[in-house]
Amino acid sequence: MRGRRRLAFRAIVIAVAAAAVVAAAVGYLRTVDVPVLEPKGTVGLQELHLILFAAGLSLLVVVPVYALAITFAVRYREGNARARYEPGLEANTRVEVVWWGIPTLLIVVLSVVTWTSSQALDPYRPLSSSARPLTVQVVALDWKWLFIYPDQHIAAVNQLVVPTGTPVKLLITADAPMNAFWIPQLGSQIYAMPGMQAQLNLDATTPGAYTGLSANLSGIGFSSMSFETRCTSQAGFQSWIATVRASPSRLDESTYAALAVPAVNPRVSYYIDDATGLFDSILAKEQMMAAPASAADPPPLPGAVAARADP
Amino acid sequence: MIAPDIFGRLTWNALFPSELVTQVAVVSLGLVVLAVLALVTRMHRWGWLWREWLTTLDPKRIGVMYIIVAILMLVRGGVDVLLMRAQQATSVGTSQGVVSTSTFQQLFSAHGTIMIFFVAMGLMFGLINLIVPLQIGARDVAFPFLNATSFWLFFTGMLIINASLGIGEFSAAGWLAYPPLSELQYSPGVGVDYWIWSLEIAGVGSLLSGINFFVTILRMRCPGMSLMKMPMFSWSVLCSMFMVMFAFPVLTVTLTLLFLDRSIGTHFFTAGGGGNMMMYVNLIWAWGHPEVYILVLPAFGIFSEVVATFSRKPLFGYASMVMALLAITLLSFTVWLHHFFTMGAGADVNAFFGIMTMIIAIPTGVKVFNWLATMYRGRIRFSAPMHFFMGFIGLFTIGGVAGVMLAVPAIDYQLHNSLFLVAHFHTMIVSGVLFGDFAGVIYWMPKIFGFRLHERSLRWSFWCWFVGFVLAFGPLYILGFMGMTRRTSHYAVATGWQPLLIVAGLGVLLIATGVVIMLVQLAWSVWKRAENADSTGDPWDGRTLEWSTSSPAPAYNFAVTPVVQSRDAFWASKQAARRGALAPARVYTDIHLPRNTGVGPVIGALSFILGFAVIWHIYWAAAVALVVLILVVVIRTTGTDDSERTIAAAEVALAEAGGEVSRRVA
Repeated sequence: MRGRRRLAFRAIVIAVAAAAVVAAAVGYLRTVDVPVLEPKGTVGLQELHLILFAAGLSLLVVVPVYALAITFAVRYREGNARARYEPGLEANTRVEVVWWGIPTLLIVVLSVVTWTSSQALDPYRPLSSSARPLTVQVVALDWKWLFIYPDQHIAAVNQLVVPTGTPVKLLITADAPMNAFWIPQLGSQIYAMPGMQAQLNLDATTPGAYTGLSANLSGIGFSSMSFETRCTSQAGFQSWIATVRASPSRLDESTYAALAVPAVNPRVSYYIDDATGLFDSILAKEQMMAAPASAADPPPLPGAVAARADP
Repeated sequence: MIAPDIFGRLTWNALFPSELVTQVAVVSLGLVVLAVLALVTRMHRWGWLWREWLTTLDPKRIGVMYIIVAILMLVRGGVDVLLMRAQQATSVGTSQGVVSTSTFQQLFSAHGTIMIFFVAMGLMFGLINLIVPLQIGARDVAFPFLNATSFWLFFTGMLIINASLGIGEFSAAGWLAYPPLSELQYSPGVGVDYWIWSLEIAGVGSLLSGINFFVTILRMRCPGMSLMKMPMFSWSVLCSMFMVMFAFPVLTVTLTLLFLDRSIGTHFFTAGGGGNMMMYVNLIWAWGHPEVYILVLPAFGIFSEVVATFSRKPLFGYASMVMALLAITLLSFTVWLHHFFTMGAGADVNAFFGIMTMIIAIPTGVKVFNWLATMYRGRIRFSAPMHFFMGFIGLFTIGGVAGVMLAVPAIDYQLHNSLFLVAHFHTMIVSGVLFGDFAGVIYWMPKIFGFRLHERSLRWSFWCWFVGFVLAFGPLYILGFMGMTRRTSHYAVATGWQPLLIVAGLGVLLIATGVVIMLVQLAWSVWKRAENADSTGDPWDGRTLEWSTSSPAPAYNFAVTPVVQSRDAFWASKQAARRGALAPARVYTDIHLPRNTGVGPVIGALSFILGFAVIWHIYWAAAVALVVLILVVVIRTTGTDDSERTIAAAEVALAEAGGEVSRRVA
């Protein structure tokens, strides 16, 4: 019986230790922000629901596996002579059908959810709302974010301001290596790639300041590529536009060229953007290289591509 | 004065790393290498080392060499981890941490590359070499010389990646080097070239090994061993090698295209010039996803052997297990896009790949249930390999759940590239691949060296690994929900990440303790090998053919080719003997084995020169190495056939009678 008591003692020690660790973790998490679990927009909220649903469904597999593993390990351990030993037992069609079948059923359920949620939460799908969407063009630079508001004729670096309750349509590209645009509190990230335009539709339901960042390695200044996302009332948004419009800087070619120089630059700066079409020209810059050149126009040499990186 | 460009890009400055951490690493690595060389010289072991080991074509010895390299690289990759954890635990607010950002980025790029290619692949190919021929009742592999070549290409890849530590720099573009970051425009140094050529050379070695063992298993099984009587480890290797044959050419081509972009100005993946980075990401994962299963299936096979042996029961649901392996093998080629749901593919495409990914969970789940059913009504000995199996079940289940969650594209949009993802794939690879390979090494050690490892300290090591893993990766799952992305070298205090990263660092220290215990234990077991000697050849009461021959297994594996009638053939023959059945008479015949050859190490050395020269643009040296390499291969493969040695029947009989097996090379 000593073996048995030792086993019980060990089980209690492990259970107490596990409970203590979980309690400590939960206690700590109550004191800090956990953006993915505390979404401030409808997209993030739906994604949280999906996370909880998938985790809950998984318990239907995790619990039986843990229960069987622990029960069998304890019951059929060598020291337990009372347990039945059946050295010839090697197959049983009925139980095997059960454990091919149950996971299959779970996956069928999850597949349906996957299909519908992939359509509903497709980043390209405009959010349904009575409000007129706000369009923001986003350019990932080395190592900063440029936000252009084509309809407001303004631009900002490292700060994205949006009114709550309004769908925001983000058009995203990069004039830098591949980045990923991510505001955890609002939901859904998407890659920002040179020469490509990605689209992301988000909204904010609660006013506040949330951190946005790049989720894909883009070089030495990558960790500094965070930006502030301010979600305000419509009035707050209008007054912010007025503040930006008061800026003395214009987003012209030379300003952009200076911005595009690779540098860690966590500062916020504002610009007036009269010369609309900067975003399209950034996109076209890469695409032009790709397009077949006209007869009069020799194809760019490899050197020309490298030269483009130099400001 | 030599013309400066005779050494390409290589200059004196490249030989002196600027950062203290790197200097310490180079000096300590140099001292270790010098110490080993001095020891070999002092013990007058050079001749022995060359004749018995470096030139060997015996898969068992090649397997041992793979495992030694893998253990060394586990230490190297582990030191990388300690530094990365130290950096992330301290680089907060005004503190910039312990290493520069550039070094940090090289560290995580090297860590991933080394752990996958030189630890996980090394342990896997090592165990395959050790056990597959024995388990299928064969004397050798199908192509012994090719096998040695594979090892030496693997070894060369390892040398190249470690050369980057002292000469130049390593890639800072992550372990898969996504362009355009890895293109010349953004990574002009030699780092990415080191990465390309290390994997290019090691990858060719893996492909050749894949072909070799695929053919070996299909063609060299002993009489009576139909596919459905084959042990599960050999089945898993067959599936894994099938994937190697189809996946590794994709890697080789992808790396070549990236190299062409970087060296002669093509535009396969560049930003602009008609290049498209999305093509690279697709190609690299068309290799990368099967790679995960290439590593994990043999580990599944090991667990299948371990559970059956230590439960003293046949593996439950053999046919189901084979079907599950085949299903995973085929499905593994249909899921690669789930690594980049956030690239903007349409909803239908994302949903398709998400669902295919989830379907893999079905056969995987079946395997777990069959292993548990194998324990049911068994008599389970909880030896160290069984500890690792139980740890695997506990962790892999959680990692699998995280994987199914990430397979839902809309969930992936929120967790992709976060530490949740990092925690997920480490759970799969550490508990699945590493725990499996550890169990395999402990389980088969007596067969190869004739002595057991120290059981008690292995259990301590297991608990360090298990508890350390929970502490190291539990916080990472949470940090993903807190919005921390992978590869972050610095963050603000307000994020609240630091306490969790400190816990993760402590977890890694506990794992490191587990590694130290393993290494000390290994040295101790070798030292005390006489006390732990296994004279029976069957220390675990095994079930499959490898346990039917003596320990350590003789060079020819089996004095008489076994004939099998059933699964678990050795177990069946033991049962029959217990019932009083007579063993068939043993008639010895002459045995032909391949003669050792130094061509393998020569190919390795030439590949090293080739790779190193291309990295540094020393094209004349590369050209010379390539020409000589081709000549060596042509001469070896078309030359006169004196490549066999014969062990006379009488000598075999003598060795078997004495119990003392001659491993002398004739």
